[in-house]
Amino acid sequence: MIALSDYLMVGAILFSLSVAGIFLNRKNLLILLMCVELMLLAVNMNFIAFSHFNGDLAGQIFVFFILTVAAAEAAIGLAILVVLFRNRRTIDVEELDTLKG
Amino acid sequence: MNFDTTTLIPVLPEIYLLTLASVVLLVDIMLRDDQRLLTYILAQAGLAAGLLLLLVLPGEGKTVVFSGHYVRDAMGDVLKIALFVTAIGAFLYSKDYLRARKLFKGEFYVLGLLALLGMSVMISANSFLSLYLGLELLALSLYAMVAFDRDSPAGSEAAMKYFILGAVASGMLLYGISMIYGATGSLIFGEVSKGVATADRLVLVFGLVFVVIGLAFKLGAVPFHMWVPDVYEGSPTATTLFIGSIPKIAAFAMAMRLLVDGLGGLHEDWQGMLIILAVLSMAVGNVFALAQGNIKRMLAYSTISHVGFLMLGVLSGTQAGYSSSMFYAIVYAIMALGAFGIVILLSREGFEADKLADLKGLNQRSPWFAAMMMLLMFSMAGVPPTVGFFAKLFVLQAVVGVSLTWLALVAVFFSIIGAFYYLRIVKLMYFDKPDTDVALEAGWDAKLGLSLNGLAILYFGMFPASLLSVCQVAFG
Repeated sequence: MIALSDYLMVGAILFSLSVAGIFLNRKNLLILLMCVELMLLAVNMNFIAFSHFNGDLAGQIFVFFILTVAAAEAAIGLAILVVLFRNRRTIDVEELDTLKG
Repeated sequence: MNFDTTTLIPVLPEIYLLTLASVVLLVDIMLRDDQRLLTYILAQAGLAAGLLLLLVLPGEGKTVVFSGHYVRDAMGDVLKIALFVTAIGAFLYSKDYLRARKLFKGEFYVLGLLALLGMSVMISANSFLSLYLGLELLALSLYAMVAFDRDSPAGSEAAMKYFILGAVASGMLLYGISMIYGATGSLIFGEVSKGVATADRLVLVFGLVFVVIGLAFKLGAVPFHMWVPDVYEGSPTATTLFIGSIPKIAAFAMAMRLLVDGLGGLHEDWQGMLIILAVLSMAVGNVFALAQGNIKRMLAYSTISHVGFLMLGVLSGTQAGYSSSMFYAIVYAIMALGAFGIVILLSREGFEADKLADLKGLNQRSPWFAAMMMLLMFSMAGVPPTVGFFAKLFVLQAVVGVSLTWLALVAVFFSIIGAFYYLRIVKLMYFDKPDTDVALEAGWDAKLGLSLNGLAILYFGMFPASLLSVCQVAFG
């Protein structure tokens, strides 16, 4: 029998991987977008595990909403990426420095 | 559960906004480019009618519908009215700017209205689910609005940064929500606050940390503020005006719903986190604003410092604190609207005014606008008799009321530093020589709007009780 803590551990590992990917990646914006998706999937893992072990369906419904929003988010993210590439001819993270932050 | 149409009555403002956005979108498709003004008029008239709807909609006490996911209460009503008023102002000021830059498109208004719908849902959210959906609707619309000028490299870069950091913030928030859901077994705020007492404390606090990080990202509090100056600077000024003013009201509502309605039982845990965020925000915001030569960046850092003040009231955890924070959020939205309204007027066709030097000698060019800007800057700095003074005063009173006097002293210290860069703008306008003698061009509508805006600052400063009593009733 797989325990709740095992699922949570997988969720936490996926989440840490995505955070590490976002902060370590200095090259490609597409990888950043993938990391963001991974982050949401890690959260979904948590929700489903809790939903199953608590015997409450609301968590699984939440997952459907997260998936839908993630799809919309990916659409907008890629659209911005295309606009950015048309203007700058690059999607290199390190070259996004015209605005001093 | 049977479906009853009377449950739809409290949700009318949101249904109305959705319908309005769809109608504006459909009408806009049929129009030729030279008829765009109709889209604008439709959006504005629709917002005005929505404002009337909010004012006449009956409602007392607290109504919870949609299986507990949606709540209508006095706080929500007041905040929604503030939302609509500031949105009308934002559309009004940005019209001429968008026209001069060939950005006068229907999409701006559709996105704006959808963002408004998202904020409205956030304000009325009574569960993590509805809060998250409202937040994402707001964020997705704003990402698109930042990238609205498709040919601007700065705009698309700002949009990309905003998108990545916003998505990470949503991820953090969701991770925290999933932990709290696991510990308490419910998504509804009422149930969550009941579950907090018996749930595993460790899991709850672990989730709370992520929720507060997500919230701080969305509010733009230090150390999660990196996106604010870049987005303010990079986006078209019309979008900066929209982002800089209205979402602060929704962010306040989000903090209240999440931390007070949902996690009120963990007050002592999140109070400490908010104190750190507030002190850092006030310090970094005010000190970095001193060094900025770009007025949009300067106002961005000023936003960060105001967010710090906003959090002071929330963290005090008392009714007085909540109502003073609500007062602050509404007042800040009005002040930011006016300040960006002046910045937008300074720009002309083919000329983007975003340097502090562009304000030089404004008094000789347009004395009335200079006077309005002076009022706004005094208000942001917190000089009586403008309303900004009372906003700060009430928040500080709330903090002193819960024996955090040292925090109030820190806040006063940093707002004195902050006064320097607001007063520098007044000095530039009144004592420096202008580069040109051209008066600011503004239509009668923008003129009227800005005058009302500036005078409202003065009016609420003279009679703060009129607005404060509304905020107090909301938490009565």
